[in-house]
Order: sequence, then structure tokens, then C-alpha cells
Amino acid sequence: MLNRPALNRTAGSGAAVQARGWGWRYGTRKAWAVRGLDLRIEAGERVMLLGPSGAGKSSLLAGLAGLLDPVESGGDEEGELLLDGVPARQARVQGVRAGQPLTGLLLQDPQAQTVLARCGDDVAFGLENHAVPADQIWPRVEQALREVGFPYGIEHPTAALSGGERQRLALAGVLALRPGLLLLDEPTAMLDPDGADLVRESVAAVLAVTGAGCLLVEHRVAPWLAMIDRVVVLEPGGGVHADGPPEVVFAKQSEALAAAGVWVPGVRIGRTRPASRVQASNGGTSDPRRQDAGTLDAGTQREQLLTAAGLAARRPGQVESVVQDLDFTVQAGRALCVTGPNGVGKSTLALTVGGLVAPAAGTLHAGQSLDAGAGPDPITWRAGELVSRIGTVFQEPQHQFVASTVAAELAVGPARVRGRHRPDPQQVAARTDELLERLRLTHLSRANPFTLSGGEQRRLSVATVLATAPRVLVLDEPTFGQDARTWVELTALLAELLAEGAAIMVATHDQELVDELGHPDLGEVLAL
Amino acid sequence: MTGLIALPGTRPSEVAFIARANPVAKLAVAMVIPIALILTVDPVTAGTALLLEILALPWCGVGPRRLLRSGWIVLLSAIPAGLLTLLFAADSGRLIAGLGPVTITAGSLTAAAAIALRILAIGLPGVVLITTTDPTDLADALAQVLHLPHRFVLSALAALRLFGVLAQEWTMLTMARRARGFDTGFGRADGFGLGAARRVGGQVFALLVLAIRRATVLAVAMEARGFGVDRRRTWARPSRFRRSDLAIALGGLLIAVLATVAGVVTGSWNLVLT
Repeated sequence: MLNRPALNRTAGSGAAVQARGWGWRYGTRKAWAVRGLDLRIEAGERVMLLGPSGAGKSSLLAGLAGLLDPVESGGDEEGELLLDGVPARQARVQGVRAGQPLTGLLLQDPQAQTVLARCGDDVAFGLENHAVPADQIWPRVEQALREVGFPYGIEHPTAALSGGERQRLALAGVLALRPGLLLLDEPTAMLDPDGADLVRESVAAVLAVTGAGCLLVEHRVAPWLAMIDRVVVLEPGGGVHADGPPEVVFAKQSEALAAAGVWVPGVRIGRTRPASRVQASNGGTSDPRRQDAGTLDAGTQREQLLTAAGLAARRPGQVESVVQDLDFTVQAGRALCVTGPNGVGKSTLALTVGGLVAPAAGTLHAGQSLDAGAGPDPITWRAGELVSRIGTVFQEPQHQFVASTVAAELAVGPARVRGRHRPDPQQVAARTDELLERLRLTHLSRANPFTLSGGEQRRLSVATVLATAPRVLVLDEPTFGQDARTWVELTALLAELLAEGAAIMVATHDQELVDELGHPDLGEVLAL
Repeated sequence: MTGLIALPGTRPSEVAFIARANPVAKLAVAMVIPIALILTVDPVTAGTALLLEILALPWCGVGPRRLLRSGWIVLLSAIPAGLLTLLFAADSGRLIAGLGPVTITAGSLTAAAAIALRILAIGLPGVVLITTTDPTDLADALAQVLHLPHRFVLSALAALRLFGVLAQEWTMLTMARRARGFDTGFGRADGFGLGAARRVGGQVFALLVLAIRRATVLAVAMEARGFGVDRRRTWARPSRFRRSDLAIALGGLLIAVLATVAGVVTGSWNLVLT
């Protein structure tokens, strides 16, 4: 795969970073994203950048890429941010003039980084902008695609790529330019484990060949550790909190980092049991969960809320089914974890079980207590009947937001409920307050949902669904792109809901989440 | 939408002479014939143009089925436009048939034929352009042959790719709203009128927010790869305007001229404005 040396840059060349009292504030914000940053990174160093959300990690990467312009965006800049001694913004322009950039930026969202319709054209885009002579473009495109192990030819349509393939294509587009410093902003957060492995391997292989350095932002630290020389922890509001070799930083800072949402290597963050379970375990039996089950009403514990028989599911608007012949039950107080690689049909199945897409074949029937007069087929229910029975949390929280404040968002669902499940206004207000408190959203109750951070949006999307107290909860990749802190909160909440007798179906490729909820004591795993 | 715009990324490997011509040549034909036909409403000019276009079709490499699949909307608008003219145009000439106030005369028959033929003759070159031209190739040609500003052309091309993504987003939004308790479509639980309009409005707003977010990230990714810096870029896919392309453009001009001459000679041609 790496049978050819780098075209322009010789081994050992990279770009050095120097920040002197650097700060940046976006034009629309009051607070500084980064302030007073002093940092030196040598050429070719591989640095992992950590810190709580809001510490300005992404802003630093954007600044180094030369994309923060106080004149164009109306932001404020102070101090200096230099690449090989040249201000980063100027370095970007000079890099284009010289035909080779100092930095290359890879972002989180694969879908939003594809520029053109054919894979080869997409990789060639950066080379064209840097005025690489036309006869050199295609050999370099081919080489970059080989380096990332891309399985398709240059004519392959980008529309047909999976998330992981798309991300490798974007990486090829960056690598084709032979940057001295790779800026990686959570490049694998939205990929399944196999796709993430491939992207990581590609990055490691290319860094080894080109001698380029990297600056990496990522919540999940462990898989990257082997290729990292140094860890820098940023302080929210400005400055460097810790700096050094990975083993030293992780040994000294593990608690602070874990609190900041970083998956610290060696610290197991799973096994979060809700308080009720902990108390139950103090009861002295060998298996706390069995006792827990015993204390619950036996009737609700194993009740079959949804039964699928020979179920096939297809994406909305398509004819072919992606999954077929599935038989399973969704039971009260149990979790059903649907796993499998990207594109296998997990989300489609979740939408079908959620009563949002009609089954392609077979049946999905609601049990009598869930049906409660609405009929056996969830897809035929009115939306007002659905919300109090089955709640679906979408992969992308923003798809679900319909109101202009967080508090109003929580009041929407209950007001839509039809029939005898409809709560009275006092109940709604009490439930809203409780949910705000439980999901740490109280201080944001008047904020616009679209302005929240990723973790806050995720918590809100779960809260909106819980507001109508559905018996069945369907979640599609709830931990996608979330930091360790949100992850722990979410898993604890789901475990609590199970204990309260709710049924949960979760479509995910997060192995840790499956370990947690798919544990035989809590639920089952359905591998597609 | 998929019928109208050849989906980005699906480049048909064109072999036919006109189909594989430079997009600018096809664009020229699709613009010069309509200009000639917009000046007049008469069946001879429009009919001649349509006849000549149909004679050129074999070189376009677009079979009847493919033509119908992407051109149905032109056909669909030609038929009712012709029928309405037939029934309701100002009466003139011999009365052919009549039912109360609705009459068909020789004059309205001529006008109907003129309207229908005109729509078809104007639409056909456009349909051929769209079905045989890949958007990327069109953008390359616009920037390299016509020297339109490449920043604008390439941004538009990138935006076109996002269109398909938006269609998927709309479907997701519709489902997400059902999950929040809002019935999809009109006329169900909450009836028609203001409520439904507001709901659709809200969904459109959500789509816009998502679109702007995606576009912003895309713009960052493009800039990070050197887009937008004031430097003469190179082109990985050279777009050349060859002699054969010139011949095709001139062929389009010839059709426009012949059709106009035929209209004038037969006395059928009449300037729309007079």
C-alpha cells in the first residue's frame, strides 16, 4: 500500500507550531474560545489535545489551519499563532501559493466534508486549488487513495460511500497535499469500530512515511495511544493544564481528565448502576439484580410490549429491505441491543420498531397493554397516540427539535398526547422540572435548543422523549460522538429506566454500551 | 428532482457525437433555439425547429425511453397548454366545433399547435443537455471555457451535491416530527389551515438550520484544502472547446435560422410583441 515515497516532502519534515499568548473569540460570542495560550510543538511531533468541551480544542485546530480571520468573521484575535514562524493565516495563503500547505484538516462529520460527486475528483480538489500541474494530479490522487486503503476507483460516486469510506476519502484529500502537520478534529467519532480502525491505521501509516506531525482531538484516547508522543490538556478559558508524555499525563491527571469527559486509558467507566440497584445489592444476596427483579411487580417485569414476527425493514422510500426475517420481542424492564457495522440496517430497524416506518414484510405488533385501544400496528397509530407509547431518540438530536427554548421543547410532547394518557398541566410542569434537573439542563431552560453543545443536545433529545413517559424507548446511536461524562450519565439513566419497568431498544455499534445494556441481567443482544 | 437533474456522480459514458460534446456547446444550442422561438408564436417556425431537432436526436444518444423519463415534465406542460389554447383562445376563422361559450375555430387550432410545438421545441434541447451532461463536467466547462468565476461555479457545484442530502434530511425530519407527536401530511389529526402551515413552516426552518450547518462545515473543509485563496488554480479535468463543439453550436444556430426562415417565407412568423 505504501510502496511509493512521498512526492514532495521528504521523510522527517513537518511544521512547527508556536503559540504566544494566543486567544480567539468568535464574533457572536462573549466568552473567549481560547485565551492566553503558550505552546510549542516541534515539527513531526504527534500530539493529542485534550480538555473538557469548551476548552477551545477545535478553535485551536481551526486557527492553525488558517481559517480564523478577524476581518472576515468579525471575531477577535490576540497574541500570535505561528507555523514555522509565519502567522497561521498567512501560512495558509503562502501554502496555496507554494503548491503545498503546511497543515491539513480532517473534521468529524464525514458527510459534510465531501466536496465533489466522484471520488477521484474529490481528492483532486485540493491539488487543483494548490495549482499542482494537471499531469501530476492524477498520479498523486491514485497514491493518496492507495495510502488510505480506499477500495474503489476514481470514478466511484461519493454518494454511494459509507461513513467510514467517506472519512477515508476526506483523509486522502488531505494527504494528497502532503501537509507537514495533520489537524485531526475527532476524525473517528462518527464511525463504527472497523471504520475507525481503518482511519487510524491510515493516519499512522502516512505519518510514518511522510514524517509529518499531527495534532489530534479525540474523546476515545486508548486506540490512538500507540502513535502519540505527547499529550497536551487545555484549560477551559485559556492556558495549558498539563503537558507531557501520555503515560505521565494520564497517571497524574486521570481524575481531572475523566471529569472532563476523556476516556482515560485503564480507567473503566462502565458499570454504572443506578442508586436503587446499589441499595438492592446491600441487601446481601449474591445477585442484586435478581432480587431487584423480585421486588418489582412480576407482571410488568416480563411483559411483551412489542413482538416482531418475520419482520423485514426497509429505508423510507426504498423498495429493497435491508434486514429480513427477524423474530424478537421488546420486553418491559429489558434492553434489546441491536448491533452490527455501519449500513447493516440498525437505524432502519429502529425506525420501524419506533412506529415511524412501515414494515417491509412480517409483523410488528404491540401487546395489549401498550396498544391500549390504539390498535396492534404502531405504524397506523396517530402521532398523538405514538408519543405516549413508543418514544424514539434520533441519532441526530437536531432532527427532533421543534420549539424555541429548552423548557418549551419539553412541554411539546405532553401537549400532543391524545386520549386518556394525556397528563394535566400541573403534571406536565412537574415532570418538565424533574427532567431538567435529572439531565442537568435547568440552567439552560431558556436557551434555544439549536445553540446547545453536542452533549447538551443529546441530553435534551432524550429528555423530550421521556417527557411523555412512553413504555418503550427506541434509541439510535445515543452515544455517537459523546464524551465519557455524557456517556456515563446516559447509561446510568437508561439503567434506571429499565429498573422502572421501561423497555429499551438501542441500535448502536458502541461495544461498551452493548456490554452494559446487553448484559444478560439487563437485556439481550441482536447482532445484524 | 432526480428526473430533472442528472444526479451528480452518475456520469453516463456517452458515445454519441452530441452527447459527449463540450457542455458549453450543448448549452449554446439550448439557448439559441429558444431565443428564436420566443420571438414568435406560430406553428411553422416551432414545427420546423422541432422537426430539425428530432432529426438530430440520433446523434444525441438519447433513446426515446431516456428522453421520456427526463423530459416528461416538458411533455406534460405542452399538452395542457395546447388544449387550453384550443378551447379558450380568441375565435378566428372557420368554426370547427362548439359547445356553448367553448369553441374551436381554425384560428384557435393554429394557436394551440403553435403553443404546444413551441414548448416542445424549446424544451427538447434543454432536456438533451440535462440528460447527457454531468454537473461536474458542466461546471468545469463553465469555468474553463466560458471563464466564469471558478469560486462561484465550484461553490454552486458543491451546493448541488448537498441537495440530495437535504432530501434525506427532510425524510428524517418528517419521521422525527411524528415521533414528537406531529402527524405527517395534511388533513389528519389537526386538520388543514394555519396549524398545518405552521408545522410545515417549522420543518422548513429546521431543514434550513441543518442545511446552513452542513454548508458551513463544507465551506471550512473546502477552505482548509486551499479553496478561495487568490491564486490561479489548475484543473484536473481539462475542458476544451474543440472544432466539433463549434460545429454543434453552429448547428444549433442553423436550426434557429432555418426555422425562422421557414416561418417568414410561409408568412406564418409574427413577432410576439406586435
